[in-house]
Amino acid sequence: MKFTQGLAALGAAAVIALYGQASAKTLVFCSEGSPEGFNPAMYTAGTTFDASSRPIYNRLVEFERGSTKTQPGLAEAWSVTEDGKIITFALRRGVKWHSSKTFTPTRDFNADDVIFSFERAWKSDHPFNKVSAGKYPYFDDMGMGKLLKVIRKADDYTVIFELNNPEAPFIANMAMDFASIQSAEYAAAMLKAGTPEKLDLEPIGTGPYALVSYQKDAVIRYKAHPTYWSGKAKIDDLVYSITKDASVRWAKVKAGECHLMPYPNPADLDAIRKDPNVTLMQSEGLNIGYWAFNTEKKPFTDKKVRQAMNYAVNKQAIIDAVFLGAGKPAINPIPPTIWSYNTEVKDYPYDPAKAKALLAEAGYPNGFETDLWAMPVQRPYNPNAKRMAEVIQADLDKVGVKAKIVTYEWAEYLKRARAGEQQTILLGWTGDNGDPDNFLNVLLGCDAAKTSSSRWCFKPYDDLMQQARQTSDIAKRTDLYKKAQVIFKEEAPWYTVAHSVVFKPVSKKVIDFQISPFGHHIFYGVDIKE
Amino acid sequence: MLRFLLTRLALIIPTFLGVTLMTFAMIRLVPGDPILLMYGERTVDESVYQKLKAEMGLDRPILVQYASYLNDMAHGNFGKSITTRTPVLSEFVTLFPATVELSLTAMTLAILIGLPAGIVAAVRRNTAFDHTVMGASLTGYSMPIFWWGLLMILTFSVWLGWTPVSGRMAVKYFIEPVTGFSLIDSYLAGDWSAFKSALHHLILPACVLSTVPLAVIARMTRSSMLEVLNEDYIRTARAKGLPPWRVVGLHALRNALIPVITVIGLQVGALLGGAILTETIFSWPGVGNWLIESIRRRDYPVVQGGILLAASIVMIVNLMVDVLYGLINPRIRKGH
Repeated sequence: MKFTQGLAALGAAAVIALYGQASAKTLVFCSEGSPEGFNPAMYTAGTTFDASSRPIYNRLVEFERGSTKTQPGLAEAWSVTEDGKIITFALRRGVKWHSSKTFTPTRDFNADDVIFSFERAWKSDHPFNKVSAGKYPYFDDMGMGKLLKVIRKADDYTVIFELNNPEAPFIANMAMDFASIQSAEYAAAMLKAGTPEKLDLEPIGTGPYALVSYQKDAVIRYKAHPTYWSGKAKIDDLVYSITKDASVRWAKVKAGECHLMPYPNPADLDAIRKDPNVTLMQSEGLNIGYWAFNTEKKPFTDKKVRQAMNYAVNKQAIIDAVFLGAGKPAINPIPPTIWSYNTEVKDYPYDPAKAKALLAEAGYPNGFETDLWAMPVQRPYNPNAKRMAEVIQADLDKVGVKAKIVTYEWAEYLKRARAGEQQTILLGWTGDNGDPDNFLNVLLGCDAAKTSSSRWCFKPYDDLMQQARQTSDIAKRTDLYKKAQVIFKEEAPWYTVAHSVVFKPVSKKVIDFQISPFGHHIFYGVDIKE
Repeated sequence: MLRFLLTRLALIIPTFLGVTLMTFAMIRLVPGDPILLMYGERTVDESVYQKLKAEMGLDRPILVQYASYLNDMAHGNFGKSITTRTPVLSEFVTLFPATVELSLTAMTLAILIGLPAGIVAAVRRNTAFDHTVMGASLTGYSMPIFWWGLLMILTFSVWLGWTPVSGRMAVKYFIEPVTGFSLIDSYLAGDWSAFKSALHHLILPACVLSTVPLAVIARMTRSSMLEVLNEDYIRTARAKGLPPWRVVGLHALRNALIPVITVIGLQVGALLGGAILTETIFSWPGVGNWLIESIRRRDYPVVQGGILLAASIVMIVNLMVDVLYGLINPRIRKGH
């Protein structure tokens, strides 16, 4: 305790010396890894977004803190035409950019910045398209290239997006990290100086924090943006202390070296709960772990077989053995935190006798042989796929189905799965934008069936998906998605396993940190007790 | 001596080529595609995939890729990381001082403790001291470093609160890196409390990393000393009536040191290996940590360049050891 107090006193003294402000507040976040870079459009890892898009940049639309709902960001308001194809954003005025040693902005944020940020990823002849290796995984994955028809400005504070077809989740997509807005003026200055890559290496944003310094694998320092459009952040100095080992992260929180940490080791949870100086926050993750059946391969072409699999496996045993209690049994393919979740859908109960009966009806009274692919890596939606596969294998054995567990190196696993080599496979998904379409259509729609793990394309279901994409009426979409979940359960292309529970040990000194359903770590709005 | 040096230098070239071939082949033999790993569960469009592959030069025949890699190396061009887009050499130069600082401290600790412990154990053979030193060094050698590191953190940092848990300096100090050595940089900045903090942070990881070399050095010194102490010239020295410290400290030690120095040289390579684990546990921003991450991401340029750079350092150290060896023992440099 003395050590902690001494540390805090020294910390305060150092910060005062550094910035000459008596009230400077510092928050130390023990992050789990180094960011891959500082341009969020080029990466997919949450660790990278936590260090780049969330403190440094803004988007036209933002997610409300601690929720999947959208709210105005750099756009104060927007309107969508009746046919859903033209979206007009009214931009916020007076938004200031950060400045650095190499760049001092001469103007506020405006429509040119929006056009620059999207065209960079979209148009292969754009001068910045190939800078910093030129890969835009989310832009590609969300199908933005095919969706966008034209982006134009009506005036400096009005941007119009014309789409090739209506896309209901478009507004939510604009709140995603890849849609962060970079400065066109900074880009032009760097291009002129012959160092275009500095745009991505030494970021200038409009966000609540400006990057001060980054020491690879060690520490990232940010300083509150004094003229942030939504008001200066309460924490003056934000420090990410990069600590890769989960047990060491916990040791640092315990010793008072960090205020907050992500991804604790399940084995440490008991000790964390007992610590009087720490609150263990928890919430359901925006994810789904599933066991998919390749509906193009026998015997899984038969709905009865897929239903039999659903009856044959004991879900609670998986939650206990694999998630060690930190999971919630999944009924629908979307987590309950997403709007349109259908609470009326009932899960298949664990009933081996019923499974056997269904198998007999389908013409497999003595069962059959199948493969069962298990991922080689730990993912948020599946902490131990091999263990999960073993539990499933044992249950299948009881109904006469002999499953052979198969695994490959992660990239190879995904590649082969996309080619449809598997009969059954364990996989999962973490939501990107909180829109039901991001699960129900991206994973199960007919467009996805060419590469999806179940290769399931069922017209009545897909029709609902397409109708839901064409309208922005939430009530109407909710209704369509609820119907789709009923069809999904009946057709059973997956055995829905679980939604994981996310834990965050937070020092009691931290005020008003909120767990984001997306797993983001956002420090704007957070305060700290002196 | 010059001829000896030239021969040793000439031998470096095939070793160097061997390392390039090994790293190039090994990282490609391991399954895993850097582009697919980058996209994860997300689908990558075939045209985008082909475009990225071409940009990374991975669409060319494997031999062409190897030849171009060798050519780049020969021109001192280590390429850019495919993840961070920063030059491999600049990443290495930023991170390597941290590894050197940790390894040097660990090696110094290992020599300062291991050498005297081995000598005393040899002189007092079969005493309680000997058995304790040998028992402890065997334990140290067999200890899994990951577990040992965590145990040290829990004891000294969490329970006793004597040392910080991890990192190189308390986050409140913000010293611009000049040399990359936190001790030197904080000294140059004239910030004594930062210097103390850096030293404080260095103790625990250095102790953990020194465990294996310390054990090896102590055991090697002991057995080498025992062998030498039975030699005729030692008996002669004793018969001449020389004081025991001169017999042991000058006559015996100089000869006993030869194998010990070889072992120390070889331990430099082992230290880099051990540093990978130690750096991970103590969040020490060195090259070990960096290489592991790059292997995981199949960041070919980093793995190829980084390992080559690290291997070059090990080769240079071993060359220096060989030269030192020649200086200590004239029989070697004269080719006897």
